[in-house]
Amino acid sequence: MRLTLNIWRQRDAASAGSMQKYELDGVSEDMSFLEMLDVLNEQLNEKGEEPVAFDSDCREGICGNCGLMINGQAHGPEVTTTCQLHMRSFKDGDDITIEPWRSDVFPVLRDLIVDRSAFDRIIQAGGYISANTGSAPDAHAAPVEKKKADRAFDVATCIACGACVAACPNGSASLFMGAKITHLGELPQGQPERWDRVVNMVGQHDAEGFGGCTNIGECTAACPKEIPLDVISQLNKDLRTALKHGR
Amino acid sequence: MASAQGTTPLNQPAQQVSDDARGYYTPGDPLVDPVAPTGPIDQRWTQRVFDNRLVNPANRRKLDIIIVGTGLAGGAAAATLGEAGYNVKSFCYQDSPRRAHSIAAQGGINAAKNYKEDGDSTFRLFYDTVKGGDYRSRESNVYRLAEVSANIIDQCVAQGVPFAREYGGLLDNRSFGGVQVSRTFYARGQTGQQLLLGAYQAMERQVAAGTVTQYTRHEMLEVIVADGKARGIVARDLVTGEIETHLADVVVLANGGYGNVFFLSTNAMGSNVTAAWRAHRKGAYMANPCYTQIHPTCIPVSGAHQSKLTLMSESLRNDGRIWVPKKAEDCDKDPRDIPEEDRDYYLERIYPAFGNLVPRDIASRQAKNMCDEGRGVGPAVTEVGADGTEQQVRRGVYLDFADAIGRMGRQAVETKYGNLFDMYARITGEDPYETPMRIYPAVHYVMGGLWVDYHLQSTIPGLFVTGEANFSDHGANRLGASALMQGLADGYFVLPNTIRDYLADGPFEKIDESHPAVVEARTDVEQRIQKFLSINGTRSADSFHKQLGNIMWEYCGMERSEEGLRKAIDMIRDLKKEFWTDLRVLGTNESINQSLERAGRVADFIELGELMCIDALNRRESCGGHFRAESQTEDGEALRHDDEFAYVAAWEWTGEDGLPVLHKEDLIYTAIEMKQRSYK
Repeated sequence: MRLTLNIWRQRDAASAGSMQKYELDGVSEDMSFLEMLDVLNEQLNEKGEEPVAFDSDCREGICGNCGLMINGQAHGPEVTTTCQLHMRSFKDGDDITIEPWRSDVFPVLRDLIVDRSAFDRIIQAGGYISANTGSAPDAHAAPVEKKKADRAFDVATCIACGACVAACPNGSASLFMGAKITHLGELPQGQPERWDRVVNMVGQHDAEGFGGCTNIGECTAACPKEIPLDVISQLNKDLRTALKHGR
Repeated sequence: MASAQGTTPLNQPAQQVSDDARGYYTPGDPLVDPVAPTGPIDQRWTQRVFDNRLVNPANRRKLDIIIVGTGLAGGAAAATLGEAGYNVKSFCYQDSPRRAHSIAAQGGINAAKNYKEDGDSTFRLFYDTVKGGDYRSRESNVYRLAEVSANIIDQCVAQGVPFAREYGGLLDNRSFGGVQVSRTFYARGQTGQQLLLGAYQAMERQVAAGTVTQYTRHEMLEVIVADGKARGIVARDLVTGEIETHLADVVVLANGGYGNVFFLSTNAMGSNVTAAWRAHRKGAYMANPCYTQIHPTCIPVSGAHQSKLTLMSESLRNDGRIWVPKKAEDCDKDPRDIPEEDRDYYLERIYPAFGNLVPRDIASRQAKNMCDEGRGVGPAVTEVGADGTEQQVRRGVYLDFADAIGRMGRQAVETKYGNLFDMYARITGEDPYETPMRIYPAVHYVMGGLWVDYHLQSTIPGLFVTGEANFSDHGANRLGASALMQGLADGYFVLPNTIRDYLADGPFEKIDESHPAVVEARTDVEQRIQKFLSINGTRSADSFHKQLGNIMWEYCGMERSEEGLRKAIDMIRDLKKEFWTDLRVLGTNESINQSLERAGRVADFIELGELMCIDALNRRESCGGHFRAESQTEDGEALRHDDEFAYVAAWEWTGEDGLPVLHKEDLIYTAIEMKQRSYK
C-alpha cells in the first residue's frame, strides 16, 4: 500500500520542531508499524536525509520503550503497543500523523523520542519493598490469597510506556502510579511501607508536574496492558487513609 | 560410578586430533581457572564464601564499582552492592534500567525448592543442567547455581514479585524444558518482566539512598585498563554525544548476549556485543562463542522488512502437535483440507519417546530439515542467501491445536494459552483457534561469552562478567527457565560474594583523566566515531548488519560444516572491508544519532561473527546447539567427541591483523559421568 506520513521532526530539545510530509510506497500489511518506519528511514538514508529518530527495543510489547501518537491516539487504533501494531490496521492511501508523546513532563529529545525519566523518579520515591538481598524468609513463610496475588500480578504488568500520560487531558500519571501502589499494596510484604509509599510517590508525581486525575478514563482506554481505572481509586483510598491517620 | 563426594576425576583431559581450523588461529597455552575450588562438590561454595576476604562497612563507601547493563544480572548486582554500601555507577543504553531485555523472558525460573516433593534436589537441578548443557559446562559453577537457586525465589517473593499461586496461597510450579520434576516458578507468561521489575525497584531504592547513580541512555564504548587492571570505562551520552570517562576500582559487565549477530533474533533491537567485544580487544578472552541457542517456536519471517523475531513460549509444545505435509505439492493447500494420512508428524515419528517435547536444539534442526526438503508451509518469502542470491522458500511448520481443542475444549486452551494466541493473531493476521499456527526456529540466546573464573572475573584483573554475557553455566545448550536463574544468581548472590575478595585490596591508587591508559581509550573512541561519520559511503549500518546476519544464519546457524564455515569466514572478511569503506552515517556526533549507534554495534558484530565461525570450525563435534555436519550418527543425530573436545575454547585477541590464540580449559567432571544424550 501507499501512505502519506506526517511526522514530527525536531533536532533536539532546544530546537523548534515541525511536521514533515513523506510519501511511502510498497508498505506490506505484514509489517509492524515500526518496521514501516524502518523502511522509510532506509529510504531517507539513501537520499541523504537524516532518518527519523524513535525509541524501540524489544519489539514484542513488553519493554515499554516504544510509544507514538498515531493519528492522535497513543499507540494508535488498537489496544496494544506501537511495536505490536501492524500495518493491516491501515489501508492503501491513508494519511498517518505521527507525533511524540504529548506531555510537558516528557520533553522531546529528538523527533519522536521523549524523556520519561520522571517515571524512574516516582519509583525511587517509594515504588518498592525494602528487602535487602539475603534477608528474605522462606518464600512459603507468608501465603498470599490467590485472588490478591492474581490482582497484584494483573496490575504489575504495567510497562511504563507513558501512554496513560500522553492520552490524559490533564497529563496525569495516576494510572502508572496507581498500578504500582495497588501491586505492592495487595501483598502482605508491601504493608509495612504502604502509607509512606503512597504519600511519597504522589508527592514526587506532583513535583514532576504531572496533573491531577479527574476520572476521564482516557488513560485506561489507551493502556496497552489494560490496567483498570480502579487502581486510581485504590491510590486515592490509600492516600486518604495515610493522610487521615497522619501517616 | 559417579563419586557421591564429587572429588575424584571421572574423565581424562581432552586430546584433540582433528584440526579443521588450522591456519585460522594460533594454539596457545592451556588455561586453568586460578580460583577453581576443590573438595566435596557440595561444600565448595560455602567454603569459598567463608574464605573470601571481607571489606569492612566503613571502607565500602570508598570503593567505586561500575556496572554496565541493568538486566537481571546487572540490576540485581547494582541493588545488592548498593545495599552493602559500595559506591555504584550503573549504565544502560535504554531510557530506563527497567527496559533491559531480561524483561521479555516468558516461561519461568528454575529453583531446587522441592515444594512439590517430587524428588527434586540441588543435586538433581545440577545434574539436569550439566546434562542439558551436553557436558560442556563447569561442574563447580553449575553446582553453585543450583545451590543458590532457592535463595533467589525467597528474595524475589520478599520484594513483592507476584509469582503464580495456588488457592491455598502457596507458590505454584510447572515443569519445563523436558525435565521430569516441577521446579519452575512463573508469573503467567511474563516471568522475566516481574523478576526484572523486582531487581529494578530494589536498584531504584538504592538510587534514592544515594549508593547507586544511574546513567541511562549511555553506551559503554571502551574499557580502561590501567597498570594491568580494569579501572573504568569510556561511555557516550546518547543524547548529547558527549564522550565521558568514568573511573572506578572495579568494572562489572552485565551487557547480555550477542544473538543479534544474526540480525534476526528474539533479542531486543539494541542488544549488542560492544561492551564485551571492546573488553575482548583489551585482553578478556571470549569463550565458546559459537554456542548459540536456536529456539524452535518462533513466528516465521514474513518478508524482507522483518526487524526481529517473536518467540512463542515453549510451553505450547505440551499440547500442540507439530507437522508438515508428506507431499511437497500440498504445501500451499489450506492445512485443514489435508487429510490425516497425508500429514507427517515428524517429531512423533522420529522420536517416539519424547515426541514434540524433544530439546530445543533437536526440534529446531528437524524443522529446518523439513523446509530444506521443500515441505515447509506458509507463504513463500524471499530469502537472501549469504552470497546475495534470492530464492522463494516456505519457512514454517505447523503447530496444530485441533487435537488439544477437541480434547480439552476451546475454553481450556484459551485459559492456558490465550495471551500467546492473541499475540500470534496480531502479528500474522491468522486465527490460531481456526487454523494451525506456523512456527520456525529463531536465534534466542547465546551460551558463549566472556571467559570468567569461579569468581566471575575475566582474564583482565578487575573486570567481572555476569549473566548471559559470561560463558560459565550452560555449556553447549541451555535448558528452559535457566537463564533467569543464572542472571539473578550471579547478580544477587555470587558476584557480591566474590568481588569483595578483589576489593579487599582496594581502594586502588587513584588515577585521573591524564593517565595514558585513559587518554588512549578516549582517543580511540573519538577517532572511531569520527571515522564512522567521515566514510561517507552509500550503505546504512543496517544493510551491512542484514548481510552479516544472512551469512551467519546460513553457515553458522542450525547446521555448520567445514566447507560452509570457511566460506563464511572469507565472506565476513570481505564484508568488513566493505563496511569500513562504504558505510554511510548521516548527522553528527553531538545529538541523538541512532545510525551512529548502530554503526558501532555492527562493526563489533562483524568481528565477533568471524570469531564465531573460527570457533565453530575448530569444534569438529556436535554438542548441544552446535551441530557439525561432519559429526553425526548414521541416523543423523548429534555426535559428541569427549576424547577430543571436552574443553572450553577461550580465544585471545591479538590485533586487527593477528590470528586469534586458542587457550583450552579442560572440563574435568568429578560428580557426574559424561554420557551421550538420547531422546528416541
